[in-house]
Parts: sequence; C-alpha cells; structure tokens
Amino acid sequence: MNTLLTKYADEIRAILAKYPPEHKRSAVMPLLYLAQREAGYVTAQAMAEIAEILEISITDVASIVGFYTLYYDQPHGRYHIQVCTDLPCALRGAEDFLKALCQALGIEVGQVTPDGLFTIEEVKCIGACHRAPVFQVQGDGEIVFHENQTLETALAVIEALRQKAQQEKEGTA
Amino acid sequence: MSEYLILRHRAIPGLERLPVYLEHQGFAAFRKAVTELQPAQVIQMVKDSGLRGRGGAGFPTGLKWSFLPNDLWPHYVVANADESEPGTFKDREIMESNPFQFLEGLMIASYAVQANVAYIYIRGEYWHIAKWLDQKIAELEQAGLLGEHLFGTDYSLRLYTHLGAGAYICGEETALLESLEGKLGQPRLRPPFPATAGLYNRPTVVNNVETLANVPLIVLNGPAWYHNYGTDKSPGTKVFSLSGCVNQPGNYELPFGVTFRQLIFEHGGGVPEGRTLKAVMTAGASSVLIPMDESVLDTPMDYESLNKFGGSLGSASVIVLDDSVNMAWLTQKTVNFFKHESCGKCTPCREGTYWMNRLAERIMRGQASLREVDLLYQVARQMQGKCLCALGEFSTLAVVSSIDRFRADFEAVVTKEPIYG
Repeated sequence: MNTLLTKYADEIRAILAKYPPEHKRSAVMPLLYLAQREAGYVTAQAMAEIAEILEISITDVASIVGFYTLYYDQPHGRYHIQVCTDLPCALRGAEDFLKALCQALGIEVGQVTPDGLFTIEEVKCIGACHRAPVFQVQGDGEIVFHENQTLETALAVIEALRQKAQQEKEGTA
Repeated sequence: MSEYLILRHRAIPGLERLPVYLEHQGFAAFRKAVTELQPAQVIQMVKDSGLRGRGGAGFPTGLKWSFLPNDLWPHYVVANADESEPGTFKDREIMESNPFQFLEGLMIASYAVQANVAYIYIRGEYWHIAKWLDQKIAELEQAGLLGEHLFGTDYSLRLYTHLGAGAYICGEETALLESLEGKLGQPRLRPPFPATAGLYNRPTVVNNVETLANVPLIVLNGPAWYHNYGTDKSPGTKVFSLSGCVNQPGNYELPFGVTFRQLIFEHGGGVPEGRTLKAVMTAGASSVLIPMDESVLDTPMDYESLNKFGGSLGSASVIVLDDSVNMAWLTQKTVNFFKHESCGKCTPCREGTYWMNRLAERIMRGQASLREVDLLYQVARQMQGKCLCALGEFSTLAVVSSIDRFRADFEAVVTKEPIYG
C-alpha cells in the first residue's frame, strides 16, 4: 500500500495537475517536500512510494534527494537552524555570530541539541545579504527567515520554538 | 531616485494587493496585449524597447522571444526566480512587494510566445514567497485575469510555482529546466538552446524576475518612453543589490549608467567606520575584483563600461570591500562557495573547484608558500574556457583577479616553507 498516496490523495492530485500527464516526473521535488513534512526527513519508504507514484526508479528519486541540499535522508533535529556565512554575510559578522550561537547551544555545526530539537547548519547564500547576520529555520514543512540577528534575538527565536514543542508534547501527553 | 519603474511599491503603499495594483493601471498592459495586439507586435515592442535580461547575461529580451519556432508546440515560459548569487536579493523584494507587476510581465511574455502554461521556478529557501505567489495566482484566477478564454478571446493561461531545493546551479537556465523536469539540476550541452528545445524538449523562454517586471510598463507606455531611462545600449533602470562593507546595504533602483561613486557613497552612505574603499565585486561572487580609486569611482555601471576591467555587471550584485578585507580570505570564501555548488557534471569544474578550495584553505591556514598561490592561479587559468557552463568560469574570476591585483594580501598570509600534514 502506498501510504503517502492514501494519506494525501488530494494534495498529490493537485501537485500532479501542475505538470503534463506524460511528464509527471516533474512532481518529484514537491512530493519530496511533502514526504519530508510528514516525517521530518525523506524515509526510504517514502522514496519508494514517490517512485511508484511517478513511475520512475527509486534510484532516480534518491539521486534527487542527494543532489539538493534542502532534502534530508536521515533524521536530524526537528528544526534546522541554517546560518548563512557566505561572503556578504561574513563581511557583516556572520562567522562570529555562528560561533557564538554554537557556543550558546553547546553544539558544533552539524550536531543536534540533546533534546533532539535543533541542528545547526552553515549554509550558502540565502538572499538576505543586506540584513546579515541572518539564519533560516527549516522544519515542520516550512522555511522561516530571521534577519538582522544578534545572539540574543536568535536565542529568543530558538526558545520560542522549544516552548512550542514542549506545549505540543504536553498537549498530546 | 524619485521615480521607480520596478520597485514601485516604495512609492505606492499596498501595491502588493490586487485592488491597489488594479487602481494603478494594473493588468491594463496584459489586457491591451491580449485584446488589441498580435503576439508578434508585443515581441516587436519589447525588441524596440532595448530591454536586456536582468539575470546576468544582458541578452536582448525581445530577440530571445523571437527565436521560438512557430511550427513546434506547445511553447513554455519559465520565470527564473532561483536568485542565488551571493550578494543578490532583488528578485525577492520584487516578488514580496510588487508581485503583480512581475506576474503581469510573465503573463505578457506568455501571450507574446503563445504559451498556455508558464512556470515560476523559485529557490527552495524562498518557500514563503512561493506560498505568497500561489495566493496571488489564485486571486488572479478568481478575478478572471488567468484561466480560460481571457477577456473573451481564445487565449488561455495558467501559472504554476515550482520550488527548488537548494542548488545554486539551477539558476543556470538549462539546469533549471532539468530540475523542473524532475532531474538533477545539471546544465545541458548547448546548442540546442531552450528557445528551440527547452522544457520537455519544447520551445521555451526563460526570463529573470526583474526582466519580466519591466515588461508591463513597456507595453503600456511604449518602447520610446522606455528609452528615457538609462543609456543608449542599456535602457531602463536596474535594481542594484548593495552589500558588504557599506553603511546602508539594500536594493537601489537606479538608471543604468549610475557611477560607483553615486551608488556606494550617495546612496549607500559610504564604507563604515572611516575605512577606505578597496575593491568592488559587481556580479556577486561571480565577479572579478575591481580595485577602487578616485578615477575608477566615476565609471558608469552598465553592461558595456565594466568590460575594461575584465568585469561584467552580471545581476548587479555589488559587494563592497574595504581595507579591512584580506583578498586571500575572500578568495577562499568564494572558491568554497563554488566548490559547494559545482554540480559535478563536467570534470574541469568538479575537480578544479575542489583543488582551488584545498589550496585556498591551506593558504588561509598559513600552511602554504607563495608557490601554492601560483599553483592556485594556474589551476584557475587552466579551468577557464573549458567548463560546460558559466559556473566553472565564474569560480575562477575572483581567484585570478585577486592574485593579479592584490598579491600583497597573499604574501601576508603565506609561510616561507610549506607545512604539510
């Protein structure tokens, strides 16, 4: 049974409708986003199901996951804190900002906080060079920009996400 | 500038809302095109305006549209909203704050080449903008400005957004098309060009967001009017993204031909903390370093004038560098970017960016001697002219120009004898 297709029949139909029926492979990227929203990363089962929906090989799907940086094939923190340290951001203190943020959270780039909520990543240009230091939070199927940041404002953003997660946990407990 | 053509939302509050946009002649150009003009007439108007592509190459837009053969159907139009060049954040402002002018331009382009479907390929990081544009498109469908039999004619049009997922290379138009087809974002060998074999192997126009945002005004006011702005060969205005060591970074819409001095000092407020201007990159990371002195500061910024520095205007992403910046550090930053973004398809770029990055890292760690600086230079020179697409070429520009023009910065960080291990 294709669980993605069963659970999200309408959404998948709407995605497929954007592309000519003979070129439904075009839908691989939006379907991967859908799968990632569901599980936090793209599971092997999701790849197989997407391959089945689009009538392409699992290898084709996996190659897309591997090529593009916003897809993950392993579980990480629920929220990816993605700090840009590219040239224009670096000229406005982004490298020191990243260092301070890592220190405050007690983890290094690529690591996950002990509560499993946050992964810190160093990323390339995200198109906010004039408002550096800047990071985006990728998680829950969304990407949210946070611009003109200081360590204090960044930690406030992270604390708010932590509280949201905590409340969800208590709500379902 | 008192008059905006593209960033009109700065003068007209609420322009991102459909009723406000309609009040300001919104979709009058699209209606005029569909109901009064033949497709070929629209193409001719854009040709006569002299509009050139704003994504970096500066290719004449109307000419590009005219290349599509009329014996092969369907045609497609794809808006390139994959803005990813370090230092570029202009398309984002246009889509966030003046979305309908961009969409109207895309719709006119679609009519001009008789495409019934157009896609907007948006970088994945602009997730919020894709969602925003989806809402705007739905509003246009409700208002009868998109859909079947528009204005009672036979013309029908649908727009769809398509989200990328973090790959700079997808800004290259053939890689973008591959990605839109659900494949790896790797460039195609050209020819054939997208105009004859583009999306799904069909004739396709790919235009940058800012380019398209110019089109409604040209159709509404006529090509002669457009020549009131900018220079002879580069008519119109340009949105310059100003970043780096400058007091007031941001987007500045100015006519082509504005000088470095005007942009950086009059508009950007100069370099911070009394430091001295050292160099400028005009096309983001894909730039040569142009050393700055009093004479260079008065150079007009247009597609032609920067050639004498071996540079190009590109997407006009102006990164300002002051005397606190070591160019060896900058070189390592830029090659690291290109090493990360190289798609791996062609060997010179895949291997070249890898080795340039290794060498630049050694130099910045203080492990390399001047011989490795020369080796870095040689690797860059050997890549030039041999890569499948422009990315590989771009990766060498900062390397070669910084070693040529700022060798002292490298001398300051190297050791006498190399250190291994």
